[in-house]
Amino acid sequence: MSILVDENTKLLVQGITGRDGSFHAGQMIEYGTKVVAGCTPGKGGQDVHGVPVFDTVQEAVNVTGANATVIYVPAKFAPGAMKEAVDADIPLIICITEGVCVNDMVDIYHEVKAKGLTLIGPNCPGVISPDKAKIGIMPGPIHKPGKVGVISRSGTLTYEIVYALTEMGIGQSTCVGIGGDPIVGSNPRDILPLFESDPDTEAVVLVGEIGGDEEERTAEWMKSNFTKPAFAYIVGASAPEGKRMGHAGAIVSGNAGTAESKINAYNSVGVPVAKTIDEVAEMVKAHFG
Amino acid sequence: MNIHEYQAKQIFKEYGLSVPEGRLATTPEEVVAAYEELGPIAAVKAQVHTGGRGKAGGVKVVKSVAEAREAADAILGMDIKGHTVNKVYVEAGADIAQEAYLSVLIDRSAKNIGYIASAAGGMDIEQVAEETPDQIIRFGTNNYDFPEAEAQAAAVKLFGSEEAAPAVAEVMRTIFKIFLEKDAQLVEINPLVLTGAGEVVCLDGKMSFDDNALFRQESVVAMRDMQEEDENEIEAKAKGLSFIQLDGDIGCMVNGAGLAMATMDMINLYGGDPANFLDVGGSSNPEKVVNAFKLILASGRVKAVLINIFGGITRCDDIAKGILTAFEQMEINLPVVVRLAGTNAEEGKALLEGSSLIPATSLSEAVKKTIELGKGASA
Repeated sequence: MSILVDENTKLLVQGITGRDGSFHAGQMIEYGTKVVAGCTPGKGGQDVHGVPVFDTVQEAVNVTGANATVIYVPAKFAPGAMKEAVDADIPLIICITEGVCVNDMVDIYHEVKAKGLTLIGPNCPGVISPDKAKIGIMPGPIHKPGKVGVISRSGTLTYEIVYALTEMGIGQSTCVGIGGDPIVGSNPRDILPLFESDPDTEAVVLVGEIGGDEEERTAEWMKSNFTKPAFAYIVGASAPEGKRMGHAGAIVSGNAGTAESKINAYNSVGVPVAKTIDEVAEMVKAHFG
Repeated sequence: MNIHEYQAKQIFKEYGLSVPEGRLATTPEEVVAAYEELGPIAAVKAQVHTGGRGKAGGVKVVKSVAEAREAADAILGMDIKGHTVNKVYVEAGADIAQEAYLSVLIDRSAKNIGYIASAAGGMDIEQVAEETPDQIIRFGTNNYDFPEAEAQAAAVKLFGSEEAAPAVAEVMRTIFKIFLEKDAQLVEINPLVLTGAGEVVCLDGKMSFDDNALFRQESVVAMRDMQEEDENEIEAKAKGLSFIQLDGDIGCMVNGAGLAMATMDMINLYGGDPANFLDVGGSSNPEKVVNAFKLILASGRVKAVLINIFGGITRCDDIAKGILTAFEQMEINLPVVVRLAGTNAEEGKALLEGSSLIPATSLSEAVKKTIELGKGASA
């Protein structure tokens, strides 16, 4: 099994006629993801890689029964695209777009929660359940089906960790890139319960970075709610205070959000924290023997 | 993006908030002229994008022309946490009866727009939160409606005054409007004061903005003070790179922000000192690689460079071609270690064979090698 996405996922691609949307729609189809519809306002009736394009999300859902959507539209249109998906009650909304204004995320975040939907991102690589479905921009071939769940705030760093795991023969159940923005739709505490109840996930790798207090809160939550073995890796120990390190969310203010605070939080609940990428994979490998 | 106190107050004033009369000055003569206009009591305040101005001696109350000149001489040109003071704001003195703290910001924990208010004004709010958390009032909104009831309740507590409460609530309402209309991430007034005459005045003002919203905030962009920004960081942004100058001597070029941080951490872990953070993005465009090299080498301190690329959708052979083209276009006499992994890594490595670039297979090997080579090289 896996979480969030699998062979039953019927995917809508918002922004499918754009450069990125079109390219990645092709990559996802090639991987085996069931892409059932595309959406670009004003381009309804066209098709991209043989996938029908609709003017509105609601129309795409009505006609194709899409149960998940991925958003590749430019940052200034992304909040509107997310809202359209929320209004159409799509259970899983994945927003890849980077550079979305944080203030625009406040009501979207709370509306998604109120409606019981799931939003992943923005500013994320997406979600992949190896050999079942890939939704996003991650390179398919580095993944391998298996029993380790991965949750990460970063893109290429996730690929590095997945690659290291795969190289050591450790496969993944599902890899979730939750995104690097200050407000993202899903946090580790939203994803971990899914891994907890997924019978095929036997261990979890958590990749975090400086900024915010999400890792600290995750650790606190795990203490009494998560029973599977977990391993963590935190980047940004060498980052200077007050500077935004690429990801909008990766900023240290005073003592809040430091790598040290996050590492201590995980250690205090028995989650070992690796110092390097290779060490994460080695820890998991050692656990499975 | 940050703005100065005098700019924040300009915005406050436009929105009808009460701020003391003030003048911006860049020379002692201008400070004296401003004092003569605003005295007999005035404050001379350093305008820099950093906190702790008061502690650093960057804020002085003056009561005569001589004192104004003395303060100007002391503050202009002063260094506060690495920021040189080029401007001061001269402000008419206020008759302070009580001081409070008020801010509205993006609350990352609650994922909402949150207010922080405290009767303990004029102090470091982080310290207040740490030492006397019961003095902190917090409330917020999950949408874009002003939290009227909570604001009215908090407004009474700020100065412990029913009389001042409507004016305090109005300040809360106004900074909410400013926050939304300007796409701010923080609007902070510390202190918000109650004067002897019962007026509520913003004695200080601090605002920061979401870079992602600047495309729709022309008036905010116009307030950007280039003297406060790192020239290289701005140039990098214009060229689609994310760059931050650090103090070390090991340059690094990485694709992806998280991986770039991981690479810096590993340089530290193995005893080196990173010279920069640089996310080159997913592109294999040789021009981007050339620009990245220029930024990395600009400090003159760099002794060796590590290129760490994880090919995902971007193929490593494309990246390798980009690096080679960049090397043809500029003269680089430093050791450069390249580590390629992921999609088409082998093809990429094959392309780099025979060049002066030093290959490495794993990231740890690459980091160790770069540090080692940096020790033997001269900047």
